[in-house]
Amino acid sequence: MTTTAPAQAAPDTAYRIGLLRQMLRIRRFEERCVELYSATKIRGFMHLYIGEEAVAVGVMSALTPVDAVVSTYREHGHALARGLSMPSVMAEMYGKATGCSHGRGGSMHLFDAGTRFYGGSAIVAGGLPLAVGLALADRMTARPVVTACFFGDGAVAEGEFHECLNLAALWRLPILLCCENNLYAMGTRLDRAQAATNLSERAASYAMTARVVDGMDVLAVADAASDAVAQIRAGHGPYFLELRTYRYRAHSMYDPDRYRDKAEIEQWQQRDPIDALTTHLTDAGELDEATVARLESELADELDAAVEAADRAPVEQVDDLTRFVYRDPAGYGTTG
Amino acid sequence: MAEFRMPALGADMDSGVLLEWLVHPGDHVRHGDIVAVVDTSKAAIEVECFDTGVVDQLLVQPGTRVPVGEPLALITSDTPEAAAIAVPAAPAAQTAATEASPVTSPLVRHQADVEHVDLAHVHGTGPGGRVTRADVEAASHPAAPPPPTGDHEPRRVRASPLARRLATELGLDLATVVGTGSGGAIAAEDVRQAAAARVAGVPATEPVAPTPVPARPAAAATGGDRTAAMRQTIAALMARSKREIPHYYLTETIDLAALVDHLRARNCDLPVPERLIPAAALLKAAARGLTAVPDLNGFYADDQLTRADAVHLGIAISLRGGGLVAPAIHHADQLTLAELMARLKDLVARTRAGRLHRAELADPTITVSNLGDQGVESFLGVIYPPQVALVGFGRVTDRPWAVAGMLGVRPTVTMSLAADHRVTDGATGARYLTTVNDLLQQPEQL
Amino acid sequence: MTQLTYREAVREAIRDAMRRDERVFLMGEDVGPYGGAFGVSLGLLEEFGPDRVRDTPLSESAFVGAGIGAALGGLRPIVEIMTVNFSLLALDQIMNNAATLLHMSGGQFNVPLVIRMTTGAGRQLAAQHSHSLEGWYAHIPGLRILTPATVDDARGMLWPALQCPDPVLIFEHGGLYNVTGDTDGSDVDIDTAAVRRTGRDVTVIAYGGTLATALAAADDLAAEGVDAEVIDLRTLRPLDDATILGSVGRTHRAVIVDEGWRSGGIAAEISARISEQALYDLDAPVARVCSAEVPVPYAHHLEQAALPQPDDVVAAARQAVS
Repeated sequence: MTTTAPAQAAPDTAYRIGLLRQMLRIRRFEERCVELYSATKIRGFMHLYIGEEAVAVGVMSALTPVDAVVSTYREHGHALARGLSMPSVMAEMYGKATGCSHGRGGSMHLFDAGTRFYGGSAIVAGGLPLAVGLALADRMTARPVVTACFFGDGAVAEGEFHECLNLAALWRLPILLCCENNLYAMGTRLDRAQAATNLSERAASYAMTARVVDGMDVLAVADAASDAVAQIRAGHGPYFLELRTYRYRAHSMYDPDRYRDKAEIEQWQQRDPIDALTTHLTDAGELDEATVARLESELADELDAAVEAADRAPVEQVDDLTRFVYRDPAGYGTTG
Repeated sequence: MAEFRMPALGADMDSGVLLEWLVHPGDHVRHGDIVAVVDTSKAAIEVECFDTGVVDQLLVQPGTRVPVGEPLALITSDTPEAAAIAVPAAPAAQTAATEASPVTSPLVRHQADVEHVDLAHVHGTGPGGRVTRADVEAASHPAAPPPPTGDHEPRRVRASPLARRLATELGLDLATVVGTGSGGAIAAEDVRQAAAARVAGVPATEPVAPTPVPARPAAAATGGDRTAAMRQTIAALMARSKREIPHYYLTETIDLAALVDHLRARNCDLPVPERLIPAAALLKAAARGLTAVPDLNGFYADDQLTRADAVHLGIAISLRGGGLVAPAIHHADQLTLAELMARLKDLVARTRAGRLHRAELADPTITVSNLGDQGVESFLGVIYPPQVALVGFGRVTDRPWAVAGMLGVRPTVTMSLAADHRVTDGATGARYLTTVNDLLQQPEQL
Repeated sequence: MTQLTYREAVREAIRDAMRRDERVFLMGEDVGPYGGAFGVSLGLLEEFGPDRVRDTPLSESAFVGAGIGAALGGLRPIVEIMTVNFSLLALDQIMNNAATLLHMSGGQFNVPLVIRMTTGAGRQLAAQHSHSLEGWYAHIPGLRILTPATVDDARGMLWPALQCPDPVLIFEHGGLYNVTGDTDGSDVDIDTAAVRRTGRDVTVIAYGGTLATALAAADDLAAEGVDAEVIDLRTLRPLDDATILGSVGRTHRAVIVDEGWRSGGIAAEISARISEQALYDLDAPVARVCSAEVPVPYAHHLEQAALPQPDDVVAAARQAVS
């Protein structure tokens, strides 16, 4: 097993372009999701990550396949960056049998055992105890594994957040706490919900390392995550990253955006992580237009194939409606 | 040409009202541009288009409600391949817009669909002329008659479900059963008691016109339960009989040669279904004999015999699942052999199908049991209280028989009588057996 | 056969499970040096150490959720919650994660977790330590709900529960911990109800803390000539319909004894099932003997008045057979 994350290798052009590609992939995927939602191919609630791609891509770049990920309902970016196949994610959005959760989960509940992706929880802070438990199992069995748990600034208001930070620190659990601070819990701005708005300070009060990172800069996120993962693997217990970022779009699919100024959105868009990295790489002579065009073309092909596959995919049999309620529906220990 | 359609803007949206166009025909738009404002009933939302090109035509006027997926505008695409998309000949939304449907909520429209109400013809009484659920209901049920009042409904009998089931199985009308359970409800035991009395022939209530026993719901219960219930009824009844009735028994073996010959001759000319069997003749003779010896045909109650004024033979019929019932052939003494034969066949069939009439179960004045079918040579029966006698027939069998000093082989049957010694003595019984025997020796008279 | 208290039986079951499988560990508030709020885990810390007999802070949601995560991570946690009332602080994790993960993940992630908690009244612990909410939990698909009423079940249900690939909640009635009984220490099934006393006239259905009430009532009824059959449900989810309906099919009358409240409780569910599947076997309305619809009061006489008593069961059964 390697304990060396890719980010710790000398950053080279291919690595940076890889990060760009990942962010672009998530952006294009979600843009297409908007269209598909508008066309009623995708239903239910759908929470878009557009603007926050650097967080998922940067953190995932620091993890290895043995690590575990616990996510939120704003999770398409996490899932794709973690390595779930795009067709399986898209089919899940469609509610199809080939979806990664067999149509049971939808946009908010993507799961994948193969990549140790323990799903989107739609209960704010509800994934934290789960992640603590996964880390506890690793700690008790002395496995050099890190569990990365994502949650938003809204979760900091939940009791489970505080219970779990305490428990993680108390038991020195190998857990990477990734707080995606996008400033809004649905429509409530952080300073309207929290008396103390410096979230990393609050995490630090639980006796763990906590650090603020520019969540619009994928290289910064990747570096910070790599440092954090190294610390955790070295046995120093939990590590808290406050990743300051911003979602451009509504909380869920569409909302009237009455809770924030358009100017604020535009201001953040000036710092768009994809534009920023593109400019940075272009200025450094590491990227040209032909490469961008090739990336876009490849991603469009991948996306088209995923959409086409989801369109064609079969739905689950209604006969299987109750199939995944019990692993052992017949019951254990029925004598005879 | 691409169509810009009413988008789905939330999990619960199935239409929206176009509030405002933010573009005009001829404007250039790009993928992601905000082009219109739509009211979802939750909020006014700016909506984007997913094509790049020039706005060709706005199909819908502001203020129009448009279902999700219907075209709102046509956009001429910049890209050659998109231009290949055919322009719809008659844009559907145009009609939708001009026919401005009444203002309704999705729930109301759903209700209208369900009730087959055309919303265009419904007068809205809600705010701003909005069609409400009440409006749809009114349109759906114009002048619906008020629910019937009055007391046409018969008063419902209070009985437990088990009691109801047992009553159905035993062919008992619950209206005739007195409940002793909580609040006067009829419990299973009440039904069993009533059934015992009924089988015994005690008129529990006023005679009731025969009503067909409703067929038991197929899934209502197991046959085992029904058998058990019937067993309990029989047990109670037979125990009572043996406890209360001092039985005496007489038997007589009867030469049936004349009868058999007579039946053979008659049957020669008859199609198979109409052929007569000895059992019918035995029943007829048994019934006729009672008119001559009426003290065996009646009921014992209040320490005395009440003679019946007609002969209703209770025919003991065993059920395939076990158990026994004895429905009546009414006025058996007055039926022709052919009629009696037909009644017997019908009764057996209906008994085994569970379709007896209540009166048939309530009325027997004496019971006749024929175990000859079962191969029994002779037997002594137990009287069904409060009847006072039971006649038994064994198997019709060939026996060596002496007639006028000559030994021959004759078809014979052993007939038995069980009778209530409180009512009659052996002499009466003997007279009855002799009478039946005589009748059987003159079969053409039967 | 060994005679143990119910408390000892649970303790022996935990000890046995931890010896049999090193993935098993106990976690909860004061399960360590304190020995558990009800003394169940006394002595286990000494044998297994603080890693496997793990004290937690008063963070029900976090440590129950941690149990779920640890189960996902390959361990076999036994999480102890002090009382059912406290479990409400962890209801989010039990309902939204333990019971739903398998389904939401399309069958990928099952949760082999056992949660034990004390339930029930009778010890003058008043309105925040005494309720019987197992019926609520039995409402939730994805969970298994066990209610051991005997020492033998307390001893024998834990290991099968740990073998179950799905989350199992075990409700231990607080009034039973000091009860003694026999057990041979072997595993028991966790799927079926048990007929604890046979009878012909009326079926009395009970579980957990009300089994003793039902059996006492059956003794009193016998003195009156009423022959009561007593069923111990043992598991509230899945309910063993076959045993219930089989008995009611013979007796034609049913009385359900439940320490939960009447409205919307497990007794209502059982009654509904009998009505749905055995209506034509019934010779009397199904009766329920439940707790009075009040928060459990402190004063002894008030508390007892709120709880199902043998006399209440006798009266209900008498009414049914009248």
